[in-house]
Amino acid sequence: MTTQLREKAGKAMADVTLTGALGNFSEAYMISRAKAYEGIDFEALRTCIAEIKGEASQHLDTLAEQFKKNAEARGTKVFRASSPEEVKKYILDLAKEKGVRHIVKAKSMASEEIHLNADLEAADISVRETDLGEWIIQLAGQKPSHMVLPAIHMTRQQVSDLFSKEVQERLTTDIPRLVKVARKELRKKFFEADMGISGANIAIAEGGTIVLVTNEGNARLVTTLPRIHVAIVGLEKLVPRLQDAIPILKALPRSATSQLLTSYVSMISGPVPNTDGTPKELHIILMDNQRTAMAADPKFREALQCIRCAACLNVCPVYRLVGGHVFGHVYTGGIGTILTSWFNEMKNAADIQGLCITCGRCKSVCPGKINIPDLILEIRRRLVQKQGLPFIQKTALAVINNRNLFHSLLRAGYLAQKPFVQKGLIRHLPMFLSGLAEFRSLPVIAETPFRDKIKKIEQPKGGEKAAFFSGCAIDFVYPEIGEAVVKVLNKAGIEVVFPQEQTCCGTPCRGSGAYDMAADNAIENIKVLLKDDVPYVVTACASCASALKQEFVHVLEAEVRTEWIARAKELAAKTYDFSSFVQKLIDEKRLTLKDAKHLEKMTYHDSCHAKRFLGVYEEPRELMNKSGYEIVEAFESDICCGMGGSYTVKQPEISSRILQRKLKNIEDTGADIVCMECPGCIVQIKGGLDKSGSKIKVKHTAEILADNLS
Amino acid sequence: MINFFIAKAEAVGSDVYRFPGKNEALSFIIDFLKKEHIAEVNGATAVWADCPFLKMIEKEQLSEKIRGLKFDVTRETAAAAKIGISQMDWAISDTGTLVQNATAVEQRLVSTLPEIHIAFIASPKMVPDLATALSRISPNDAAYLTFITGPSRTADIERVLTIGVHGPERLIIALVDQLEE
Repeated sequence: MTTQLREKAGKAMADVTLTGALGNFSEAYMISRAKAYEGIDFEALRTCIAEIKGEASQHLDTLAEQFKKNAEARGTKVFRASSPEEVKKYILDLAKEKGVRHIVKAKSMASEEIHLNADLEAADISVRETDLGEWIIQLAGQKPSHMVLPAIHMTRQQVSDLFSKEVQERLTTDIPRLVKVARKELRKKFFEADMGISGANIAIAEGGTIVLVTNEGNARLVTTLPRIHVAIVGLEKLVPRLQDAIPILKALPRSATSQLLTSYVSMISGPVPNTDGTPKELHIILMDNQRTAMAADPKFREALQCIRCAACLNVCPVYRLVGGHVFGHVYTGGIGTILTSWFNEMKNAADIQGLCITCGRCKSVCPGKINIPDLILEIRRRLVQKQGLPFIQKTALAVINNRNLFHSLLRAGYLAQKPFVQKGLIRHLPMFLSGLAEFRSLPVIAETPFRDKIKKIEQPKGGEKAAFFSGCAIDFVYPEIGEAVVKVLNKAGIEVVFPQEQTCCGTPCRGSGAYDMAADNAIENIKVLLKDDVPYVVTACASCASALKQEFVHVLEAEVRTEWIARAKELAAKTYDFSSFVQKLIDEKRLTLKDAKHLEKMTYHDSCHAKRFLGVYEEPRELMNKSGYEIVEAFESDICCGMGGSYTVKQPEISSRILQRKLKNIEDTGADIVCMECPGCIVQIKGGLDKSGSKIKVKHTAEILADNLS
Repeated sequence: MINFFIAKAEAVGSDVYRFPGKNEALSFIIDFLKKEHIAEVNGATAVWADCPFLKMIEKEQLSEKIRGLKFDVTRETAAAAKIGISQMDWAISDTGTLVQNATAVEQRLVSTLPEIHIAFIASPKMVPDLATALSRISPNDAAYLTFITGPSRTADIERVLTIGVHGPERLIIALVDQLEE
């Protein structure tokens, strides 16, 4: 990340008003969104939308032609523009030809995308945004910081100052009063305008219909009062049939503003009478600007399924801290990063893509079913392919990938850290490393790694075997978790084998965009783990589990190492995350837990990889209940802890801020123990709790279960 | 279905009144207009867009009683009016929505410019959901199809819900069980 972006992010995070507003909003959003979706099968709905829009994206040209033909048959003028320049020229020429002096606009991200206002103003045409949020940022000379709530970063005081200047009258900060001022001021503009410009939320090819979804009513005025209406529509808004609009209209208001339906939906299919009885001139511009190129890309075509609801921004643990302006362009947040990489240039996304912690929360709420973090990783992959990795990162990853070197370095690290260790944690580091230990204590490298410890454990022989994939953290930092796993599996009569040649799961490489190195990791592990033909491979790290179960195949596909894919799938099929495996053993009556009742209260932290990548969140809770613990749910128990593997090293300020919220939510439960699946989260949360002097104990599920076997 | 509609419409801030027939609905309107000072000479004004309901009543008699009531809907009369009155074509129960073919500009003027919008809807025109509504009235038959769900609203300043930005700040729905004679 460049210093400039880091400074911007730092400044945004220091803005208490901004982070307070965004934080409150994102917390409230999840609750109101859930209410809006009551009684609706979200998975089915979004699958339907993804199919409609996914299919449409593969026929953009046909749909655009069909739209043009049907709309023109009813008297609409349709212009297909490939570049922003063409759109602007068309509108400027039209304005000149028709003697247009004043334009009113309803909210249109497509027009923001091409920076239309600047060109119109340069041609001496007055342009007024009429969506309240858009008008505010127009007066402030800013860009929208959110797709649905463009001025979410501003306070009532700032709005009052802007409006006061505009109307030359000192206004108070009373919001209803400010809204009234906007109504009055903009009403005049509506009446004097000769052209209205809008966007469209959906464009239906079969009827040549555009659909406008709004709340304020400004779009109805923009399309009614001026004698000319121009709609700028991105090609991705096209769907074939009227019925395709229904699921989108069901999801868009619910996901965007937690409404069942917005106050107004307008479906415009042709010119309508003007107030003087003349027919309105209706021009619809179908704008490509890289959308066709995107549709031809096997990975990024998925991004065209976006319905611009901004749910991905609302749930993002990073967006809520840094806001939209840090993204630098018109489209913000996760999807914004992806759109910017196409609508502007890949290099424009080079910096901002590093803001994504890949926690997957956006993916779980996306009504277009877009795998946003995956596409951001794809941007990283392509950037690395093109530009290579930065030197330090490259060296670090090369070390991780060299198993012998990495392991001997870790052993050396055990000795080097000694002066800094206090009660099993590192609380301070020398100056040049202090950033790492500033906001949380760091774990200590174990004296004896798990790979050596397991050799000394006496295990039942002759029964079933399971290979244990420890992952780096359990091997070198938390070998006690590995020992707990062995104890539990032994109890079920399973012998745990530890293939010594196992290496890094590839998550750090993949997360850095170095897919070639991640593929090497995958292949090395596939060879080792399938060698002995054990029936199960078990891992107690949620990140490793999702690597083995899902990412190996993806990485090998992306790197076209197809000869390994079948074996990767074979490995995936026999790999279990620890909780699911134990649940299976209990179901098969091979394992029973002590019938105990613990007085200590416990809360459970959902690791991103467990909850959203593996779908494991009920099993561990059930296991904890069976072990006699009462689970007190923490607020936002499934939001990221801020670790994100190497993210915490690359973006320590953001990582720290995310952690602070997590810790507060854990503390608020009044729990004595916080339990989780992923050693990465343990590093972050245990370190954070230690630094804040908390008494709450941090445990891995395996450690709890090992103490509660009957 | 009708009760569900009422609940959903009220949940988004619409005022819903239900009447057995057109006479009851009309007397409600008259009272309402009087209360809003439309009956006074040089008082506030109201505009009523052409609709089937209007065809069933004596317009002239009504204008004599309610001096500020106008049936001539233009940019100017609608902009000056405090109240706009129109009749909707369909209602959607599960979202509390009104649906109208708003191709005629008067229909849009009376429901966008005044502070208060009174919308008539006949109870038998109630459908359960959007899909059903679109099977009754399609954009193919209406160049401008409008869906209204509650009054105009915004949350653009500090996410505080504020009613009445560019459109009406009050939406009054008059649900009439037997509108036809």
